[in-house]
Amino acid sequence: MPVSGAPYGEHQIVVPEAFDESLKDAPIELDVRIEMFRKQHEIRQLEKRIYDLFLQGLVRGTSHLSIGMEATGAAFGVALRRDDYSFATYRGHGHTVARGVGPEPIIAELLGRATGLVGGKGGSMHLTSVEHGMMGCYAIIGAHLCIANGAAWSAKVRGTDQVAVAFFGDGATNIGAFHEAVNYAANYRLPTIFVCENNLYMEYTPIAEVTPVKHPAADRAPAYGMDATVVDGNDADAVYLAAQAAIERARSGGGPSIIEAKTYRQGGHSRADPGQYRPDPEVEAWLAHDPIPMYHQRLLDLGVGEDRLAAIIGEVAAEIDRATEAAKSAPEPAAEALWTNVWADGGSQWRN
Amino acid sequence: MAELTYREAVAAGIAQEMRRDPSVVFLGEDVAGAGGVFKTTAGLLEEFGPDRVVDTPISEQAILGAAMGAAMTGLRPIAEIMFSDFFAVCWDLVANEIAKTRYMTDGMAGCPLVIRSGNGAGLRFGAQHSQSIENWAMAVPGVKVVAPSTPADLIGLMAASVRDPDPVLLFEHKALYPTKGDVPDGEIVDELGRARVLRDGSDATVVALALMVPRAMEAADMLAADGIEVTVIDVRSLVPLDTATILASVAETSRLFTVEENPRLCGWGAEICSIVGEDGFWDLDGPIVRITTPHLPLASAPKLEDLALPDADRITATIKTALG
Repeated sequence: MPVSGAPYGEHQIVVPEAFDESLKDAPIELDVRIEMFRKQHEIRQLEKRIYDLFLQGLVRGTSHLSIGMEATGAAFGVALRRDDYSFATYRGHGHTVARGVGPEPIIAELLGRATGLVGGKGGSMHLTSVEHGMMGCYAIIGAHLCIANGAAWSAKVRGTDQVAVAFFGDGATNIGAFHEAVNYAANYRLPTIFVCENNLYMEYTPIAEVTPVKHPAADRAPAYGMDATVVDGNDADAVYLAAQAAIERARSGGGPSIIEAKTYRQGGHSRADPGQYRPDPEVEAWLAHDPIPMYHQRLLDLGVGEDRLAAIIGEVAAEIDRATEAAKSAPEPAAEALWTNVWADGGSQWRN
Repeated sequence: MAELTYREAVAAGIAQEMRRDPSVVFLGEDVAGAGGVFKTTAGLLEEFGPDRVVDTPISEQAILGAAMGAAMTGLRPIAEIMFSDFFAVCWDLVANEIAKTRYMTDGMAGCPLVIRSGNGAGLRFGAQHSQSIENWAMAVPGVKVVAPSTPADLIGLMAASVRDPDPVLLFEHKALYPTKGDVPDGEIVDELGRARVLRDGSDATVVALALMVPRAMEAADMLAADGIEVTVIDVRSLVPLDTATILASVAETSRLFTVEENPRLCGWGAEICSIVGEDGFWDLDGPIVRITTPHLPLASAPKLEDLALPDADRITATIKTALG
């Protein structure tokens, strides 16, 4: 029985606080904001396209969409330096896009094509693009927080002042690897930034029903001598400011940070989940707290013309259409690909 | 030529590689200031400093995660998991992450790292600090697995493992730490995937690993006293596996025995027997026989632990009976 005592599906709902309108005046360059606007649309439109491709039976296996959660990835994507490292979860399409990977290799990967980002070997849950600093999507909860520490340590040893960011969900805060990783990073003052995208649900169960603190990531930070920041994860400006501060701190030797971004996934956990455990008033409240229309209005308020925003949306849509067709017409992997790249020599031989 | 203990060879092997390549770093529990709980890494902190020789918290996932992330981004880490039994608390990093990264990214990312660990029984530590788990490792595609039996092999295979672009699990046998052996002067670099024939005999092929190698050699002496001459092969490397050396020997002797410390089910010897059964069947002149620890957890009492592990007497008796 959870602490709340609420029957399944009748838990206390968590509604968002209103957007902080004062962020309109935050010291963020307009071209940075335009870029965050574009990235949010790139992610939203790609995820919607992937959903459509499911319904058409073209995407097999599983997939975890981040519709409603685009602002965090977009803001970090803009705030990070090109050679910084991102480590994401199986819900990582958005974070991959945010680092500059185009939609075609992502869609092709999900369609199991040879032109997929990782040749069809990884699939939805393992998108990686080292040249973009996208060091992988990890499908077992927790491990990649520890792995991000390794990249941060390496940067420190090599003296490159790169930082490593690990994105994870609220559910990850209750696995041992989270606590090992945060303690480790704090102890060695590693340039690791831990970003919890708290969307209120682990998979189907509300995080609040299994966690005795209100903020599952941020409230654990004091145990490791760390400060934490809780931000509206649906406001790209709020995330950007927090990201900037954490990145600057990490780059200058100030050590790791925890950022908890409050957000909501507008769909279920994965393709198999319609998300019906979520109370209607909660869903409605969060749909009204959608990061994308809010940001559209903010840019209009800042004097950006509707025609300019519409043009960006149109460009993104055209590229996703083009990418979809290119991915659909790409060949499946050659049979020989099954046997390649187990080892660095390109092969898979284990005996002579 | 110098005589070193297997224990001293650990530090010598790591130091050789750290002197050669500044990207080699070393981390683990009690490895720096204390020089290792088995004193295998004494002197490394003093020579290479705290930036490259790191004492970690008791956080095996954090240790292997740090090694993996560092390996993906330009370093060549050596991580210690103090007792191989502790792999059970960080196996996600080994089996799901480190082993699969190169394949899942279709070659885009790799994990050139070494995880070394104290493996095996003989120290009366009981069921949670005595296991031989090399067969867990070889069951996972994407990691290489070596287990040296002598100081010289330890240094040479350590060097080969550090220089290998793929992840290697290097199992040191705890009961071998006090043993001594000659080590050549100068740099020693061995080769992964190469078994070694230690003794030639025409009556049977005996294949052994780690602590079972000296026991098989002792048994070979005892058998020779009875007029039975066996070939003894130190497998040394389970992945990649030098089946050619084993198959060539079985072609000469027509009989195969494996001597394995791991519990019986799915031990490394089972795979070798399977390969010889498929590829060397027509060379065989009698049953293949596995000499293993029974499929039991290990007990702490010296008498019970000794009963569980194959020793020279059991190896000798089993081979004599099987050869009739």
